[in-house]
Amino acid sequence: MTEVPENLKYTSDHEWLRLEDDGTVTLGITEHAQQALGELVYVELPEADRELEPGEACAVVESVKAASDVYSPLAGVVAAANDALADTPELVNDSPYADGWLLQLRPADPQTLEELMDADAYTRFLAESED
Amino acid sequence: MDGLIFERARPGRGSPGLAPVDPPPSGLPADRLRDATPRLPEVSELQVVRHYTRLSQQNFSIDTHFYPLGSCTMKYNPKVCNALAMLPGFADRHPHAPESHGQGFLECMHELQEMLKGATGMQTFSLTPMAGAQGEFAGVAMIMAYHQSRGDAERREIIVPDAAHGTNPATANMCGCTVREIPTGADGDVDLDALRNAVGPQTAGIMLTNPSTLGVFERQIPEVAAIVHEAGGLLYYDGANLNAVLGRALPAAMGFDVMHINLHKTFSTPHGGGGPGSGAVGANARLAPFLPVPMVGRGEDGYRWLTEADCPQSIGRLSAFMGNAGILLRAYVYMRLLGPEGMRRVADYATLNANYLMARLAAAGFRLAYPERRASHEFIVSLKDLTKATGVTAMDIAKGLLDRGFHAPTTYFPLLVPECLLIEPTETEAREDLDAFADALIALRDEARRDPDSVKAAPLTMPVRRLDDVRAAKQLDLAWRPAD
Repeated sequence: MTEVPENLKYTSDHEWLRLEDDGTVTLGITEHAQQALGELVYVELPEADRELEPGEACAVVESVKAASDVYSPLAGVVAAANDALADTPELVNDSPYADGWLLQLRPADPQTLEELMDADAYTRFLAESED
Repeated sequence: MDGLIFERARPGRGSPGLAPVDPPPSGLPADRLRDATPRLPEVSELQVVRHYTRLSQQNFSIDTHFYPLGSCTMKYNPKVCNALAMLPGFADRHPHAPESHGQGFLECMHELQEMLKGATGMQTFSLTPMAGAQGEFAGVAMIMAYHQSRGDAERREIIVPDAAHGTNPATANMCGCTVREIPTGADGDVDLDALRNAVGPQTAGIMLTNPSTLGVFERQIPEVAAIVHEAGGLLYYDGANLNAVLGRALPAAMGFDVMHINLHKTFSTPHGGGGPGSGAVGANARLAPFLPVPMVGRGEDGYRWLTEADCPQSIGRLSAFMGNAGILLRAYVYMRLLGPEGMRRVADYATLNANYLMARLAAAGFRLAYPERRASHEFIVSLKDLTKATGVTAMDIAKGLLDRGFHAPTTYFPLLVPECLLIEPTETEAREDLDAFADALIALRDEARRDPDSVKAAPLTMPVRRLDDVRAAKQLDLAWRPAD
């Protein structure tokens, strides 16, 4: 069973998001996404201060199988990117929910986070898309 | 592995029998001459012969094996196309020779332009793009030039379905456009509602492959064309899968304004491994003025080059001369051999072979990505049930096929279908060979259920086993250096 932590929000494109105490939102890809991609060889991350529209492609994760866009479901401004991934993209495979985070953003409206799937809904979504 | 030819070298060894006895002086000034001996392997003539003969024996090619690499159309290319394209009158022709000295070549190119018009319904063809990607680039650049010529420069968005080849969004990007992706419906056709929502005054056009990379014919193509045209956009046809409809369905009649053809795929050039290719581009009356030059025209004094002076609205040149002339000649010979009736038979048998193989595999219990649909020239099998039950992936099965004497189908493309094999048998395979491939795939599936580890260990009989593809992607340093 793929790991789906309780305290995160999820998108149908297999991103996870977490609201931090300082009001920023951390974004990464899920265990399921990293498994489907296989070992990553390259991660492209956005510059700090870039403004993102909802649904905009904000990063690229590339494995030997495929290069996939990562989308931000929220409008906001990029606050930080995980620079460690430049040399060690495999962190996303080893630790998708912790060391392998992709970026942090300051959301225009943190409330929009509530519209995303919670862990239960995402688990159901994964089960449905399995068939 | 037998090692690199450098590793066989010994100082002083050589192949004097082939060297010029008394090389003439080069005439270059002294400061332009190298003062150190170039680092070439010092080997005997026999060592060279054995080395390259061995390498050629390690080739896995259409001349030795069934090669059902989906979306690549790895079909047999008649040797006569190669032989005729190599005639000295063609091969030794200088590209700067005056038109009067190359009328035969120019006539072939002119006839090829005409035949491609007949096979696609387009009004005009330019043969100059040197690869499929360059043909795509030409097509989208023409769409942008058209909008600009009308003062409609705000149209900068290209719509691309999520099933498209990766080159489509890359092309749009290269032409300065933004890319808008639209989803595919569960039946493999474009999601029309999503298309209606996507079009607007920003729409420059749409890039479509038909049949699509999902191996199905886009049944709603008239509706797609109407939606895009009504919004003021144009339709680009990616000719990657033309083999399935050759002579049977005309892209111009489907509503496309501009297209490219991978002549190297559909019209008889051994390809794969990076070229050379040919992405001839054709257009309807609306876009024809923007075609790249040179083209070949016919006047009172015979055939002549059409250049910027004749085509002032052309997007310009993509190659110094007439593209990859040798590839164009092969395509010309191939089309002359087939004729219109032969071209229809290409499409008929490419489609029949794909559907036969698909039916055999479905009957053996393989899961089809689009079981309700008839295959075009290729079809998709998803192995995700097998992966879930045994841990054996599509890649493991692909490697196992190599041991059984078959080139692997395309794996993990299109990205929409998990653990997929995209299988394109092409029209040139006999039924016995299709059966042998189906038998091998079935046997491999059964072996995976019985003994998954043995399939995961494949290939066992190839010159190289599993490559470290992650390391290969991360460490791009391929230079060989002698051991000190």
